[in-house]
Amino acid sequence: MNFIETHLLTTILFLPALAAVAMLFLPRDENKLLRWFAFGASLIPFVLSLVAWVNFNPDQAGFQFEESYVWYEAIGSSLHLGVDGLSITMVLLTTLLTPLAILASFNITDRVKPYMMLFLFLETGMLGVFMALDLLIFFVFWEIGLVPMYFLINQWGSANRDYASLKFMIYTMGGSLGLLLATQMLGVLFGTFDLVSLYQQWNSLAADTALLGMSVSTVKTIAFWAFVIAFAVKVPLWPFHTWLPDAHTEAPTAGSMLLAGVLLKLGAYGFLRLILPLYPLEAKMFAGALAFLAVAAIVFGAFAAYGQTDFKRLVAYSSVNHMGFVVLGIAAAGLAAGTNDAHIALDGAILQMFNHGLSAAGMFFLVGVIYERTHTRNLEEFGGLFPLVPIYGGILIFTSMASLGLPGLNGFVSEFMVVRGSFPVLPVYTAISMLGLLFTGAYILKGIKKVLHGPVNEHWAHGEHKLTEISAREILLIAPLMILILWIGIWPAWILNVINKAVVMLF
Amino acid sequence: MNFPVLSVITFTPMAAAAIILLMPAGKKNEIRGVALAAATFALLLSFWVYFSYDASAAGYQFVEKYNWLPVLGISLHFGVDGMSTPLVLLTGVVMFTGVLISWGAYDEHQHLSAGIQDRPREFFAFLFILASGVFGVFVSLDLFMLFFFYEIAVFPMYLLIVIWGWIQTREYAAMKLTLYLFIGSVVSLVGALAMYWTNFQNTGVLTFDMTLLENAGFSQAFQYIWFLPVFLGFAVLGGIWPFHNWSPDGHVAAPTAVSMFHAGVLMKLGAFAALRVGIMLLPEGAKQWSWLIMIFAGVAVVYGAYIAFVQMDLKYMIGFSSVSHMGLVMLGFSTLNRAGLTGAGVQMFSHGVMTALFFAITGMIYDRSHTRQIPELGGMSRIMPFATIGFIVGGLVSMGMPGFSGFVAEFPIFMGVWGAQWLVAVIASISIVITAAYIMRNIRQVFFAKMPEKLEGHMTDVTVLDKVAIVTLCAFMIVIGLYPGIMVPLVSSGVEHILTLLGGA
Repeated sequence: MNFIETHLLTTILFLPALAAVAMLFLPRDENKLLRWFAFGASLIPFVLSLVAWVNFNPDQAGFQFEESYVWYEAIGSSLHLGVDGLSITMVLLTTLLTPLAILASFNITDRVKPYMMLFLFLETGMLGVFMALDLLIFFVFWEIGLVPMYFLINQWGSANRDYASLKFMIYTMGGSLGLLLATQMLGVLFGTFDLVSLYQQWNSLAADTALLGMSVSTVKTIAFWAFVIAFAVKVPLWPFHTWLPDAHTEAPTAGSMLLAGVLLKLGAYGFLRLILPLYPLEAKMFAGALAFLAVAAIVFGAFAAYGQTDFKRLVAYSSVNHMGFVVLGIAAAGLAAGTNDAHIALDGAILQMFNHGLSAAGMFFLVGVIYERTHTRNLEEFGGLFPLVPIYGGILIFTSMASLGLPGLNGFVSEFMVVRGSFPVLPVYTAISMLGLLFTGAYILKGIKKVLHGPVNEHWAHGEHKLTEISAREILLIAPLMILILWIGIWPAWILNVINKAVVMLF
Repeated sequence: MNFPVLSVITFTPMAAAAIILLMPAGKKNEIRGVALAAATFALLLSFWVYFSYDASAAGYQFVEKYNWLPVLGISLHFGVDGMSTPLVLLTGVVMFTGVLISWGAYDEHQHLSAGIQDRPREFFAFLFILASGVFGVFVSLDLFMLFFFYEIAVFPMYLLIVIWGWIQTREYAAMKLTLYLFIGSVVSLVGALAMYWTNFQNTGVLTFDMTLLENAGFSQAFQYIWFLPVFLGFAVLGGIWPFHNWSPDGHVAAPTAVSMFHAGVLMKLGAFAALRVGIMLLPEGAKQWSWLIMIFAGVAVVYGAYIAFVQMDLKYMIGFSSVSHMGLVMLGFSTLNRAGLTGAGVQMFSHGVMTALFFAITGMIYDRSHTRQIPELGGMSRIMPFATIGFIVGGLVSMGMPGFSGFVAEFPIFMGVWGAQWLVAVIASISIVITAAYIMRNIRQVFFAKMPEKLEGHMTDVTVLDKVAIVTLCAFMIVIGLYPGIMVPLVSSGVEHILTLLGGA
């Protein structure tokens, strides 16, 4: 027990990967065993991160549960892990969604073993990004997560998966190129990748230092945009978002859940962990540009979602719309760093990351539930399903409302906070984003209408196509998400307390 | 240390070749058994050298010195430093896996096919003579001996390709390869002789001993003139642009085990000799000309990746990707700084293992499908899942994916380039995305696309021996990727010595 206490983060981080390696030695055809093994293996990190959450002291500044091991001594990189209020929230989200995604994959019958192994590797990749306190380790996990996701889409995806998976891979790798180069440059300049010391050294560079034959501010501006593009592709911000609808739509249900639930947060987390602390001046200087891109994502994302006839694509574009609010909050905080408005905006942005993780994972799961039964995602082929599947209908409406931002559910709290924090800082952009919010309502209602309401589509009412109700396993799966959605909506203080204290200390 | 481990490693393959040649040609399995035993022995010894090399003490270790031709100052002087120790291990690994995958497999009629079925006795004999030459170059501390082993390594290549190679291009490719390499080495040899005589004139000592020549203090002008011929002469074998042209042709025409040797080890031979003779003996010249090497290498990195991208033949694709990756090694050399050289050292090992794996798996596929055209292949993952995973791991290394040895090697190289000329780093980084694109595209087409009808029923899974080879090669890439500390300190200790020669840069 003592080992786990002192190595809590490494245990959480590497347990899924070790479990995946252990799965190599399980028999290939025992689907049931493989599923339960993977599910069990992903539950342990969840329990441990709950332990971490309970033992986490929000009042303490700096990082907690820190661990540091020699990794790549020659270039000054070490496996330095630690969490603060910002990252522990994301760790909790990841370890919560991974078991749910694995549970959602119990109906996969094709090559269960590699499928489950990839999910567990993916979990390690995502957790590593949230825990890393070393820039190179951050990059390592950032890239490593791509590989399992690529194969999940490429092997278990739907019809257009080849195109979508390659696009996902090339977009993200291409986007990360600038991050890679900027990371190398920082490493060469300071001989270390340790974030804590980089924050300090990079910001205290004298303005008249000549770097690479250019002024410090030029170099910093270029590096700033290199970082921004890498994270903007992942978030995704307009106009870097076009990989997302393809990847989300073609991925298997559980893959979409994690893609929307956690992978997009990696980008937003990069903004918070790296861009704001490393480039406070540039974040202030270019806050307008970032806010513009964010608002474009919010508005165009909403329009695009409204225009879809594919249910899954609609949900995919809603992610663009929702993640726009996260970046809007970050842009406002960059402009007004240190003020109360900035803190509120960031509280909202971080909570929005968590909330979108819950509701997007839920929405993709619900789309998966109906797709599995009808083998279509075309909104025109549904209609009037509510009387046929009342429980499913109720759950779908509940989750959609969370996504819409209905007061009393979680989305409202975070979006309100982002808007409240941003409005005094960026009034015009915030006002336009409110228009986007209006269209959020429109596309969500359109989705519900096309699926649940209207005259009953007789095709699904009788005979071999008769629609079956959502199963107990599926209800069990979405229940934790619904409970959290409601809980945060009614009483957000338990999580906001941790987020807010971290935000006030950090920014 | 009294046991002459380096000469045992070097001459084990040669001795095995002699034994094999004395065996009756018909006893194919016995011949293979002897080959495998010798390769295993060499591998174990090279492991032993690798793990007992004391990185904290650095310098040349396991040194042996025997007079060979004292009148001319030639001695059999062996020793390894931090740069060559991983390469000795690499040679051991490639030799071992090369023998395994040359064994062959039973086809659907229970006939032994694939691998090397035609005259295995001569094949293994030549292959082992080549291996002796390679080991010899890596451990030689005597310039004459280095050339001696260098030529021993090149000559069997010609026979191996022309006799056992791909029937359509083998004569052309073998001739091209041999001429390129001979011309390159002759140019270098002239440079080496110039060093030898100049040193004699300066000091009155006739010696080819590189530990002495390192401190010979050649004049600036001498170094400026001779650096380029010496470096580029060797770099031809390292596949440096614009002298890389022989290399993809040679890869394609060679039989599988020879391609593995060729790309996995021989190209390192060129790079290593260019480093040891070019940069370490003529450091001032290296400083003067590093900009030109950097341009050549930078072009190789991006251009090689791009040409690989447009190839339709699997082996050509890997051949050009080798040009791109060896370009990174040269790029690391050209930085002449700690990070760049360290990265180049690791990259030599990493690329060697990776490309050996690629060629091994390509050979396994070709032996069964009789085509290497990428669009004519497909669906291999169903038939040979093991090879699929191996190819994916190799692909990830090739892309420089973190967690694998390629990243551990490429990252410091790029850091080194940042220290020297940042613009080159930015341009060269384009190759990462191009590489990702062609690797992913090929994995998808060859292993996961629908299998063409004419291949249905003709494909069989790889053999147990093939699997052992794949696991061995993958293990190196993953272990180094996850824990760089197992190799990097060793390479760093070698780099320190080079930096001292360069004037403590």
